[in-house]
Amino acid sequence: MIEIERLQLYYGTFHALKDISLSIPEKRVTAFIGPSGCGKSTLLRTLNRMNDAIDGVRIEGKVEIQGQDIYAPDMEVETLRKRVGMVFQQPNPFPKSIYDNVAYGPRLHGKRKKAELDEIVEKSLRAASLWEEVRDVLKKSAWSLSGGQQQRLCIARALAVEPDILLMDESTSALDPISTNKIEELTRELSRNYTIVMVTHNMHQAARISDRTVFFLNGQVIEAADTETLFSNPADRRTEDYISGRFG
Amino acid sequence: MKAKTVDRIATGVIVAIAVLILAVLAGLLGYLLVRGLRHISFDFLTSPPQTIKAGGGIGPQLFNSLFLLVLTMIITIPLGLGAGIYMSEYAKENRFTAFVRLIVEVLSSFPSIVIGLFGLLVIVNRFGLGFSLLSGALALTVFNLPMMVRITEQSLRSVPREQKEAGLALGISRWRTITQVMLPVALPSIVTGTILAAGRVFGEAAALLFTAGMSSPRLDFTDWNPLSPTSPLNPLRPAETLAVHIWKINSEGLAPDAPEIAAGASAVLVITVLLFNLGARWFGRLLYRKLTASK
Repeated sequence: MIEIERLQLYYGTFHALKDISLSIPEKRVTAFIGPSGCGKSTLLRTLNRMNDAIDGVRIEGKVEIQGQDIYAPDMEVETLRKRVGMVFQQPNPFPKSIYDNVAYGPRLHGKRKKAELDEIVEKSLRAASLWEEVRDVLKKSAWSLSGGQQQRLCIARALAVEPDILLMDESTSALDPISTNKIEELTRELSRNYTIVMVTHNMHQAARISDRTVFFLNGQVIEAADTETLFSNPADRRTEDYISGRFG
Repeated sequence: MKAKTVDRIATGVIVAIAVLILAVLAGLLGYLLVRGLRHISFDFLTSPPQTIKAGGGIGPQLFNSLFLLVLTMIITIPLGLGAGIYMSEYAKENRFTAFVRLIVEVLSSFPSIVIGLFGLLVIVNRFGLGFSLLSGALALTVFNLPMMVRITEQSLRSVPREQKEAGLALGISRWRTITQVMLPVALPSIVTGTILAAGRVFGEAAALLFTAGMSSPRLDFTDWNPLSPTSPLNPLRPAETLAVHIWKINSEGLAPDAPEIAAGASAVLVITVLLFNLGARWFGRLLYRKLTASK
């Protein structure tokens, strides 16, 4: 699904991602783990080109999504980002109503008919398992929701533009355990229809919900394997040290 | 000395300074209002001034001030918004933008009388716009634009990065993200800043002496054709504003009640600027609540 080939990323003179080659399978949850500053979020952000806006970033190598080079000159970022949705660390709904938050993307991408939007909003909120909680308060401000609900709203907002891939950048680290649990369950469920790539600080979370795990250290991929294998029988000494809590 | 004593003395000094500032402000305002309020009446606010007789009003001047403000804002707001958006969202951090920023700083601390002279030489004479509302509005634009740019830039910069990224990550273009996601969030502080800047423009005199002029033609308030020379809406007629009128009447007023008129006009000016300030806060809060709650 996603093929990364010999990717290098520099922030100015700092070599942040070193020679990364990785393939990410379709309709699976892939977790990126590793200590802070290891490059896992940076790599995640190359997948929807969110690093483009940062001054001084230089990228070499190739990232292909379904055979299409996303850094090719004729690739439009807007089209790419429609296919690759993203959920952030902090819930960041727009200061608008719940309905308008979900309808926002489809509207700006040209969907105008109310019936159609209603349908998208309901479908997306259902997919983010938020519909039952908000169906009667769709006109209320999104900021009146709890943190966990806001995060699920952000997931619904991302799903509303019908992506194939969903990137989750430590999406539960600002939430309480119960909300975290809900998002984790939701992530498992979404992986039936979406390819999910998540960055997490929490190794247990990776072990609980991902199918594949990639361990990063100092801008390099140390090990990428099925989650079970990586956690029970790591091939690299450094992976073992990290998952057994000897550093990081 | 014990720490407690030191603390008490420091607190006393700070409170004394605060009280002193408040007292100066209250005294100033009180003096202006006590002297001026007596002369404010409907007639005073609407009738034209008299040259040698007593009993003149400030009607045309008040109108001129407001009209000039509107004209200035029509020119300043789009320019300021555009430049502010550029500076905060598009400009790369390099020598050129640092230089532009420096120029903006310098321009905003420019003495307004210098801007007035610049207006006289360039706008009034070179461009041949003469003493007119338009010349005045252009001079005030020079005076006001730096502030407008800074207000926009800072308001946009204070929009949380998460909001911007939320827009971009949905595949919305950069321009759309700025106008549809960031501007609504930044709008309350832009509006507040703009109204405050408007207050400054409203009270400006020095930049207008040589641009909008120190006289007003006889205005016919029934003539709303902007091309007719006696129409109040004609942007090419000279127009003495309230602040300029106060200055003029104090320095060369011939009417026997000139001091009273100046006092009344000053009170009107101060009250209006005060209203601008209070209005800005109220409107900013209202907008914030409107924009962050459901529609």
